[in-house]
Amino acid sequence: MSLLNIENLRVSFPTEQGPVEVVKGISFELGRERLGIVGESGSGKSMTGRAILRLIDKPGIVTADKMEFDGLDLTTLPNKQMRALRGARISMVMQDPKFSLNPVIRIGDQIAEVLSFHSKLNARQRRARVLESLEAVRITDPERVYKLYPHEVSGGMGQRIMIAMMVILEPDLMIADEPTSALDVSVQAQVLDIMDDLVTRTGMGLIIISHDLNMVARYCDRILVMFNGEIVETCAASELANAKHPYTQGLLASMPTLDEHRNRLPVLDRDQLGSV
Amino acid sequence: MKSLVLKNSSSDDVWQRRRQRSLRWLKSLGGFAATIAMTFLGLLAITFVIGRVVPIDPVLAVVGDRAPQDVYDAVRAEMGLDNPLIVQFVHYVGAVLSGDLGMAVTSQRPVAEELARVFPATLEMATLGILIGVLVGVPAGVLAAARQGSWVDQVIRVLGLAGYAIPAFWLGLVGLAFFYANLGWVGGPGRVDIFLEGLVPSVTGLLLVDSILSGDWAVFRSAWSHIILPAMILGFFSLAYIARMTRSFMLEQLSQEYVITARVKGAPERVVIWRHAFRPIRIQLVTVIGLSFAQLLEGSVMIETVFSWPGIGNYLTSALLNADMNSVLGATLVIGAVFIGVNKVSDLLYRILDPRAR
Repeated sequence: MSLLNIENLRVSFPTEQGPVEVVKGISFELGRERLGIVGESGSGKSMTGRAILRLIDKPGIVTADKMEFDGLDLTTLPNKQMRALRGARISMVMQDPKFSLNPVIRIGDQIAEVLSFHSKLNARQRRARVLESLEAVRITDPERVYKLYPHEVSGGMGQRIMIAMMVILEPDLMIADEPTSALDVSVQAQVLDIMDDLVTRTGMGLIIISHDLNMVARYCDRILVMFNGEIVETCAASELANAKHPYTQGLLASMPTLDEHRNRLPVLDRDQLGSV
Repeated sequence: MKSLVLKNSSSDDVWQRRRQRSLRWLKSLGGFAATIAMTFLGLLAITFVIGRVVPIDPVLAVVGDRAPQDVYDAVRAEMGLDNPLIVQFVHYVGAVLSGDLGMAVTSQRPVAEELARVFPATLEMATLGILIGVLVGVPAGVLAAARQGSWVDQVIRVLGLAGYAIPAFWLGLVGLAFFYANLGWVGGPGRVDIFLEGLVPSVTGLLLVDSILSGDWAVFRSAWSHIILPAMILGFFSLAYIARMTRSFMLEQLSQEYVITARVKGAPERVVIWRHAFRPIRIQLVTVIGLSFAQLLEGSVMIETVFSWPGIGNYLTSALLNADMNSVLGATLVIGAVFIGVNKVSDLLYRILDPRAR
């Protein structure tokens, strides 16, 4: 049985000119695998991630013919049970730890919170688990980091802390929404390797949302390409180079490489894409 | 043996770090005291200049305008007004620091003594007012933001608007007419019923506290019934402001990424609101509440007049009308000092509440 099964997912926001659909009826299935969702800004990829966690704020409207997680119908699940899923069975790493960690709460306490929501561990047990989780993301002095505030750590360490917080209960599914785009290139690989390692070890399903085709191709098994709220292409990561859809081909052609000489990089021709 | 040595050196390390930390604290405390002293000196300079530039002759205020020239000159010399300005200023600073604010012209009593009588009256009312403002205003603002657009939000917004639009004296008059004259639920003007006045010895100057200290419950009840209406009106104005600011701070917070993180972690709504969104805004709220409190401490002239409240607002107004400069300057000094004090306390709280400012 698949972990996640989505059919005809739509997300729309009312505006003065009538509702605007940002996700236009997408369907996909996910097993315990690593799935990449790529697309440009505004293509609906982040909204898809948040819709799965039911975190689209009002006045946004989410509808789907089917949105099942491990046999549970996410469209009708009561709020309380949805809360029990979040953080424990489905979690999400967000883009920039500068904004996604609470500035006035100690790092250790922020991680320990997940345990207090979902487990009956006492304070000492929670602390031990948090220290373990910090070690798991290769933080060498967890005791010290536990007591720090988010502004006292670097971006790379912040994102590792975020990952520790999101995997501490070994969820079945983790969504990583642009997990490295706020980081320096030098620490991106490190953070991704840690994430990859944890995913492989615990066997969770992973969705990486990104605009970085190379990164996604390297770390994922399968890739969905989204454009304008729709999935325009699905392929195995290894097959990305042979993509058929003109948008994907356009994206690939717009990437510079080291071993070629071009005076100009091609850009996407949106007028043409609108009609496909 | 080796490990013992290691242990020793590390404990030395801890001590050193501790000493460094306490040194840093001492330093920042010293800086703190220095800024307070500087600000206060600036305040003194300003009141001094005001006292010299207003077209009121302090000598005339004492001798009257029919005194012969030699009497006038003698008094002028006695008051030190023939000295150069800088000398006068030094004398003024010295006098203020020794608690001498001059004599009030109308009552012929030391201004410091009069201020010690009127300021506690204002302090008592303002403190009760700000308590109401915070205890009602903050939760109301949080609730309004958490249920943005709901009827709760609308009611709180209308109340907030009313707090801006309704004049204080009108609310005071209507309140007196309704709750005092019609219903008799509260005491009337003044701090206490007239036949209970002066019964408890003044220790703090705060009648509610003094009556508790002397165990005189009749005075306490009477003082309570007198203070509650004006304090609630002041509280209403500050709560309108505080609720409005709380609401907008909270709305800003609720769209922050870390609030989404809290939801992703499966936090119950109560935790999302009070721990993740409210904790960061305590820092901003300290400023808002501090300013609000300082405003109340300045003495609401309108409310104090309507309720015949013997506070600093009333005192300052009548001093101005009598051209009693010593009293005016003394009261200005007190109000200025209150602002400095409230600001510094907010600063201090800021450092405690915001880990980034430590």
